[in-house]
Amino acid sequence: MQLYGYHGRLLEVDLSRERSREVEIEPEILEQYVGGRGLASYLLWRELGGSWREVDPLGPENLLLLLTGPLTGYYPGVKLAVSGKSPQSNGIVGSVLSSEVAIELKAAGYDGLVVRGRASSPVYVYVEGDRVEIREAAHLWGLGGRETFRKLMEELWGELKRRRLAREGLTKEPSFVYIGPAGENRVRTAAVMAKIAHAAGYGGYGAVMGSKNLKAVAVKGFGPMPRAKRPELVKILLREAWRRLVRRTGFRQWGTGSGGYYFASVTSSEPVRNWQEEWHANRAFGPQNFEAHWVKRYWGDYGCPTTCMKISAIRSGAHRGALTDAPDYEMQAYLGANLGVLEPKACIYLSSLADELGLCGIQTGNVAGFAAELFQRGILTREDIGFDLRWGDAKAFAKLLEMIARREGIGDVLAEGTYRAALRISKEKGVDALQYAVVSKAIGVGAHGVRSAKDFLPDFSYAVCVQGGDHTSAPTGLRGYKSEVSSAFDDSAVICSFNSIRELAFPLLQAVTGFDIDEERWSREHGRRILTIQRVALLEGGPDLRWRPGLDDDLPPRFYEPLPSGPFRGRAANREEVAAKRKEYFLSLGWDEQGIPRDETLEELGLGFLKPAVSRLRSELEHGS
Amino acid sequence: MSKPLFILRDPLKCSGCRLCEVACSLRHEGTVWPEASRIKVFELFPGVDVPHTCAQCRDYPCVKACGYGALKPDERTGAVLVDAEKCVSCGECVKACPGKVMRLHPATRKAMVCDLCGGDPECVKVCVEAGFNALTVIPYESVTLHVYSIVPDEVSRRLYETLFGE
Ligand code: SF4
Ligand code: SF4
Ligand code: SF4
Repeated sequence: MQLYGYHGRLLEVDLSRERSREVEIEPEILEQYVGGRGLASYLLWRELGGSWREVDPLGPENLLLLLTGPLTGYYPGVKLAVSGKSPQSNGIVGSVLSSEVAIELKAAGYDGLVVRGRASSPVYVYVEGDRVEIREAAHLWGLGGRETFRKLMEELWGELKRRRLAREGLTKEPSFVYIGPAGENRVRTAAVMAKIAHAAGYGGYGAVMGSKNLKAVAVKGFGPMPRAKRPELVKILLREAWRRLVRRTGFRQWGTGSGGYYFASVTSSEPVRNWQEEWHANRAFGPQNFEAHWVKRYWGDYGCPTTCMKISAIRSGAHRGALTDAPDYEMQAYLGANLGVLEPKACIYLSSLADELGLCGIQTGNVAGFAAELFQRGILTREDIGFDLRWGDAKAFAKLLEMIARREGIGDVLAEGTYRAALRISKEKGVDALQYAVVSKAIGVGAHGVRSAKDFLPDFSYAVCVQGGDHTSAPTGLRGYKSEVSSAFDDSAVICSFNSIRELAFPLLQAVTGFDIDEERWSREHGRRILTIQRVALLEGGPDLRWRPGLDDDLPPRFYEPLPSGPFRGRAANREEVAAKRKEYFLSLGWDEQGIPRDETLEELGLGFLKPAVSRLRSELEHGS
Repeated sequence: MSKPLFILRDPLKCSGCRLCEVACSLRHEGTVWPEASRIKVFELFPGVDVPHTCAQCRDYPCVKACGYGALKPDERTGAVLVDAEKCVSCGECVKACPGKVMRLHPATRKAMVCDLCGGDPECVKVCVEAGFNALTVIPYESVTLHVYSIVPDEVSRRLYETLFGE
């Protein structure tokens, strides 16, 4: 079978053995799983499925996957899919970030990179063309984001020029992903970072990199994207995608930041003070006011005319030196309103700090808000924390972020993420702290509440999502379980979900790969296949936490409390309705009422290898263990 | 229709979208190939994007440096054209280029430089269509005296200061 759109091989680096090799992937596997999140699910289960419950996500046996997709370079906006066994949910999360590492990997001749084992001391991996090196990284360990970027760029760019400039001329700079101090310290809310503010946050893969003693992965390739089956059609479709994206002027101008403080005021679905409310009347954010803080510049990812990112730089005053993108809506909400911080500069400062430390802004905003509510309720005291953690006090939250990233004092507990921290604090304080944890499967929910029913996520979404609280992959409607499979498409073809235009993306996938996959077939077959593996891995869980079907497939308790303020005051999610929709949803995927995949479904999807795990799950459920 | 022309670059307006690189490599190579794009956008610090391409210096140091007669300026557009048959990949033109624009093709190893697409550069078209206008075509005669490309490291340093301060 002639392969288009892929190289058909991955680069595998074993840090324990200090070796690397190329691994072929069968064309049939590529056709069934496509790339990114889909391929990650398959590879992880193939490698670790037999002992999934025993695998410690922060142990050397876990794999770190950096995967591209067939549309890498062929679709506007480049993304890289990061995966592995998640140290947050103990399942599989496909976490996607903007990084030209995806382009460089393709250019170097690989569809992705697999990292195994653990280095005995800090290292980074450097790939230049066909040469692969595991290099010492002691000089980078401990550095914040910007210094890491500067040093690595200087080092690698200097080297590239020395080696190639005189002979063949100036090559483009290399790309890399890296971790900050949070990842090094195995903080479960640590992200894999790129550039300054680009993060693969959901899943906690920064901690996986840290556990491997891996500071960064840098790649420089020189070749073209793999050959497309129908290159002329690709050109036409790509241009059409550009044309359509260019017309979206509002989103281009403001990015997701255009929603800033809008969701709160109009839809009542923005986290405020750890979700105690989802409404406030502040208008400090949003286009009119926020613009003044931006460096007036569009900024985007490779091949993307949307360029939704903006850069905020504070050049004077108390927060001088803060530098981040926008912040986007999620950061405005989670490092703003959720902490009671409603002043743009303070929010920019906290976002910039989270980037510097290599923390996922969403997860960290979630756990910091959780801690502040415990302080508000007197469960955590000044003695526990070391200072007062009051709503709106950006300085105090900044201190907390540093403590989390460095695992100091209470930061060590909070570094375990909201769910695990809640378990520990409940035990130590003899209270039920879980009721204040706004998470699903130990993953903090995105900044989109479900109580007002005015945002894009329906009430049951976070309860069923195979990626826990991930707002970018939760189902958006019932008739369409489609939306959860849609996100699996974006993350597997590996394209930007902001740019994903169905009528162009599927034809492009066909034109590039030659695979006969359209939207309908994707939903029926590929998407369900991927979600089914993710679901089984999630239920298998372990070693420290497992999820009970039904019981843990629920919303965080907070969403059942009525909204105390705003235009939708009094509204809350309804338990019976959520339970009924959950059931219907599971059935629509070919799973049973508890969300355990049926045998027929496994047959139909070619997932026979999941049978032993599934029958064990079923019998455990029957025997109540 | 074509007269000697020049691609004016304004790094302050550049978004780093790289549509120019994609369009250039699609036209010249038939596929997306960043390293084979004649125009390259460097991002040596996040958000500091520097579009870098040939300035067609009127004294053509690359042409002069070539001992094999493989390079010659296009009389209509002013672009340097490469005769791949004659090029022996010695790299003398690469050394002679003040802006480090000239380079050897990553696969064929022949000299590779912007040919102005015969007078209607693709990169400029996409940049303008996307509304960035970081690249525009101007007649060469409006360019004063001797221009040459500046190495991206240098542009990047200045741009960083302009955007973020010291
Ligand atoms: S829309 Fe924004 S996030 Fe998506 S590819 Fe473009 S610049 Fe990147
Ligand atoms: S197309 Fe224009 S804005 Fe985009 S990278 Fe090229 S020069 Fe910059
Ligand atoms: S590399 Fe080719 S074009 Fe350049 S100087 Fe040598 S022969 Fe001439």
